[in-house]
Amino acid sequence: MNRDLISSPHLRVQPSVRGVMLRVLGALLPGIAVCTGLFGPGVLLNLLWCISAAVLTEVLVMALRGRSWRVIGDGSAVLTGALLALALPPDAPWWLPVLGGLFAVALGKQVYGGIGFNPFNPAMVGYVVLLISFPVAMTAWPAPHLAWAADAVSQATALDHVRTELTQGRTLSEIQLDPGFAGHQLRGWLWVSLAYLAGGLFLLQQRTIGWQIPLGVLLGMGLMALIFWGVDSDRYASPLFHWTSGAAMLGAFFIATDPVSASTTPRGRLLFGLGVGALTWIIRSWGGYPDGFAFAVLLMNILAPTLDRYTPTRVYGTGRRPERP
Amino acid sequence: MNLAKLVRDGLWTNNPGLVQLLGLCPLLAVSNNFVNALSLGLATLFVLTVSNLTVSAIRNVVRPEIRIPVFVMVIASLVTLVELVMNAYLQTLYDILGIFLPIITTNCAIIGRAEAFASKNRVLPALIDGFMMGLGFLLVLVVLGGAREILSLGTLGQGLHLLLGDAFEGVYWTIIPDTQGLLLAALPPGAFIGLGLMIALKNVIDRRVKQWRQPSSSPVAAAANA
Repeated sequence: MNRDLISSPHLRVQPSVRGVMLRVLGALLPGIAVCTGLFGPGVLLNLLWCISAAVLTEVLVMALRGRSWRVIGDGSAVLTGALLALALPPDAPWWLPVLGGLFAVALGKQVYGGIGFNPFNPAMVGYVVLLISFPVAMTAWPAPHLAWAADAVSQATALDHVRTELTQGRTLSEIQLDPGFAGHQLRGWLWVSLAYLAGGLFLLQQRTIGWQIPLGVLLGMGLMALIFWGVDSDRYASPLFHWTSGAAMLGAFFIATDPVSASTTPRGRLLFGLGVGALTWIIRSWGGYPDGFAFAVLLMNILAPTLDRYTPTRVYGTGRRPERP
Repeated sequence: MNLAKLVRDGLWTNNPGLVQLLGLCPLLAVSNNFVNALSLGLATLFVLTVSNLTVSAIRNVVRPEIRIPVFVMVIASLVTLVELVMNAYLQTLYDILGIFLPIITTNCAIIGRAEAFASKNRVLPALIDGFMMGLGFLLVLVVLGGAREILSLGTLGQGLHLLLGDAFEGVYWTIIPDTQGLLLAALPPGAFIGLGLMIALKNVIDRRVKQWRQPSSSPVAAAANA
């Protein structure tokens, strides 16, 4: 390791928006591959529709605002479309990803002034609009299948299944014995989560994202799950179950880390992540929707400016407690 | 008093719904379909017109110290009147509108006009102001309600018979046939997003008109044009 011997001046690479977006898209590839393998080509179709709609909306709105459409070259609309597409059920009719992409870019980003000005995560705005408007189509996930088989059956996701059965008065240990559940569902989602985790770790290693938000999300979710699982393991699922199902990994590394709408200070980011994780667990366990990641991110987006205000970084050379303005 | 200005102010320049942003509670809550919006709009139009007329007529008798309670009394009696009439003749609609009928009393657009205009002006201008402000409010309600109904159900004017009598049973337009409907439009967020888009549209129209009237007279307008 002769890295320590290099003396200044150093050559610095200014990270461009385009470079960051491309790297994040690249890091999504393992997740996309695993999802396509498990859920079929619908995943790719969703990506195609969603990205096309998002980019087209961006071009249209930029034209309406009298700005250059070339701004789409920064790739942010592509990434928004891709993140939204990966959160949609793979068998969705074509208009679902199209509407989602349109709402995400138009209502989630452009009405506030475009990239850098949106208070909410655009992909999650699109997702929530779809989830609220078309709850049936949005929760119809096919069972993960380890081959491109034609006999894929549509069934509730692991999260959905646990939720419905718990309300029927059954215990978790009973539910886990359900045919198809333990084998298919859990192992399938485990693979998806591992693929996203790999992409996320790559982004961490590249320093495209900080460690605070992903760690915060997983900790917040894990701690809540651990406490309640410890108290009553028949009614509350284990931390591992929560980490490996639904949008947990995709969300922790790719969605909650959106640099625009998340908190910007290091401590703020940790708190932001903890909040997202804890809220996701709360909505999953006691709320009306099977997965609460999108709502949790939007709720914490509202809090992000406040978090930034109360977690300022210490200016180098000043005391521990700088006076608040 | 320039009467044409009163008309323009009420309908566009100083519209209660789009510019003053008064009376948002009923505006957002009841605009989930065309008929509800129209009914509440008509009730508000009536109350606003007659309250402006009354307040203006008694403006020299009421002492300034107690004017607000007096205005509220006037408005509350008018609302009670509307409520009793609707309960008698339009029972179903009365039940649908529920709490939003009595709270017309606290609609800031109404007491706002009483305080800001009617208590300082003669009867005829006050009457016209009240009517035009009410009409402006009604139009915003109807457009928002219509848009939300079209988006969420694909139809326009479902339940018109509740307002116009049984002859209109089943009379409505199907704008988008066989639609699944955008449920969001009928829910509260739909009202906020819809109103936001309407305000944005009004601002865009205003700016375009201004640019068209005096092309690039100010540097700001020129910059926005470029």
